[in-house]
Amino acid sequence: MYTFSSKLKVFSFVLIVLGILGIGYSFLTAPKTIEDVEKILNEEAAHGHGGHHAEASHHDAEFTAHGPAAEESHEGHVEKAHGHEATADAHHAEAAHDHDEHHAHLEHVLHQLKNKPWAALYVPALFFMLISLGVLAFYAIQNAAQAGWSPVLFRVMEGISAYLVPGAVIVFLLLVAGVLDLHHIFIWMDEEVVKGDHLIQGKSGYLNGTFFLIRAAVFMGGWILYRQYARKKSIAQDEATDNLNFKKHFKASAGFLVFFIITESIMSWDWIMSVDPHWFSTLFGWYVFASFIVSAVTVIAMVTLYLKSKGYLEYVNNSHIHDLAKFMFGFSIFWTYLWFSQFMLIWYADIPEEITYFVTRIEEYNLPFFGMVVMNFVFPLLILVNSDFKRLSWVVVMAGIVILCGHYLDFFNMIMPAVVGDRWFIGIGEIGSVLFFLGLFILVVFTALTKAPLLAKRNPLVEESKHFHY
Amino acid sequence: MSNKVIHVLYNDDDILMDAVKQTRAAHHHIEEVYTPFPVHGLDKAMGLAPTRIAIASFLYGLVGLSVATAMVRYMMIVDWPQDIGGKPSFSFIENMPAFVPVMFELTVFFAAHLMVITFYLRSKLWPFKEAENPDVRTTDDHFLMEVAAHGDVDQLVSFFENTGAVEVKVIEKH
Repeated sequence: MYTFSSKLKVFSFVLIVLGILGIGYSFLTAPKTIEDVEKILNEEAAHGHGGHHAEASHHDAEFTAHGPAAEESHEGHVEKAHGHEATADAHHAEAAHDHDEHHAHLEHVLHQLKNKPWAALYVPALFFMLISLGVLAFYAIQNAAQAGWSPVLFRVMEGISAYLVPGAVIVFLLLVAGVLDLHHIFIWMDEEVVKGDHLIQGKSGYLNGTFFLIRAAVFMGGWILYRQYARKKSIAQDEATDNLNFKKHFKASAGFLVFFIITESIMSWDWIMSVDPHWFSTLFGWYVFASFIVSAVTVIAMVTLYLKSKGYLEYVNNSHIHDLAKFMFGFSIFWTYLWFSQFMLIWYADIPEEITYFVTRIEEYNLPFFGMVVMNFVFPLLILVNSDFKRLSWVVVMAGIVILCGHYLDFFNMIMPAVVGDRWFIGIGEIGSVLFFLGLFILVVFTALTKAPLLAKRNPLVEESKHFHY
Repeated sequence: MSNKVIHVLYNDDDILMDAVKQTRAAHHHIEEVYTPFPVHGLDKAMGLAPTRIAIASFLYGLVGLSVATAMVRYMMIVDWPQDIGGKPSFSFIENMPAFVPVMFELTVFFAAHLMVITFYLRSKLWPFKEAENPDVRTTDDHFLMEVAAHGDVDQLVSFFENTGAVEVKVIEKH
């Protein structure tokens, strides 16, 4: 049995406390009124940086000049007083409407800044929950495929998937907060915006608060149900005299995978793609899946290496690590393939309604957008291509840290441009939120690991797995 | 003086593996082992050096990537930068996404084909090459270990007979 070391427990509490402080700070310092925003903008202008905000009155005109790109950003930022008329006016009579424009601009920035702490919270909440969902999916695949190498790692995977329950609850609460109008991550939830937006109106049969929450509840409920059932059967199999539990578990895994791939796609439209309700991409579901499955495999490898280094995983050898590292490598390439396919198809055709998505990202998020490609593709490609390196713990851990940071950035890039626009920054709020969820993740996962022996004893494939050698 | 070798035949890969280990432990030099199919772990048991063909392939891939990059850059950007459907051909990086499929495929093409050719060259395989098969049964169901015979040949023969061999032959090699 694994005992949760007190050091790690204290470490996770420290992370949680630091995280709460950071989150609290970012909420408290977010501007509440237009006057606050004016002050911030004046200060920025005085300091000479933030040049793009200094010329407040030109800003909107610039946006208009960009055509559809502007529209996307406008709707993306909760423009109540800032409908289509205002945009059109700005284009024709800049000088005459200088004051109105200035006011509208301030409101625009206010909404972005108000959203910032919420988005900072939402990105890691989603990221960590999807990691544990990815581990669950990987676990189900291993079971359904009757893999011979991985049964010695099943308890590790079960432990990590324990985070799915609190993680899903937090994400669900954040979605409920959106429907209750506490934050504006999802612009289509704002009735004022929908009134003036024919495109969102056309989608309101799908994108409406009630249906949205029902879907979320069904998806999360289904995942948690499988997770709890699989865990129960896996532990029951330890003491059983026959393989009935294993067979039930096998069938449940196969069923779950069908449910998972459907709900995963819809989940990605609901929780991620709908922050840009004017934009759509058909391979988005797969893209999101690739991003969190590679993070999930990385987390499995890192938790395994940690437990192994503490002497808890007797039967795990470097061939198991080698296999996990191969999955990290393969899924990294798979992610890149989907990232590039999505990017290149849209870039090549350059259809205005699609291209805005990448225009905002390349113009305003240049470093995170291309930086993540280096972290998620170039780095793992060059490090993990070597068979010997895949057996070295420190190489796998180092590659893992880069991959995890890269995929956090990936989720950051998916959510932030629509919610805070060019007001993004990885500051106290963002780092605090990551620390909070990291601490919670460590606490929940390692507590779950203490609840059952770390070797699935009577799994029919565990003998093979113990002697696995590559 | 003639060069004698001993051909030891086995009919099971497990027995062969044991025999290889015993032979190595007794410090007899194994010239070659002929098997009808790959025997997992045989190279390790024989103490053969690991292959470097993966490294060669990686390098060939880099060559392919360079060829592709240089080619599309010269053709599309340098030599005749036309406006084709509004694609920006002012610099390589601006139009890079359109070139990636070519760059990827040529990388794979070079890595794969040059690696295969390297394999043929290093293993001395080509059409009309004369087969070097010491015993036709080794392509069907027998395993043959060829050991250099020095010193007391009779003693060697009895050593190999004790390793589970189905047949031990002393051959004069020219």
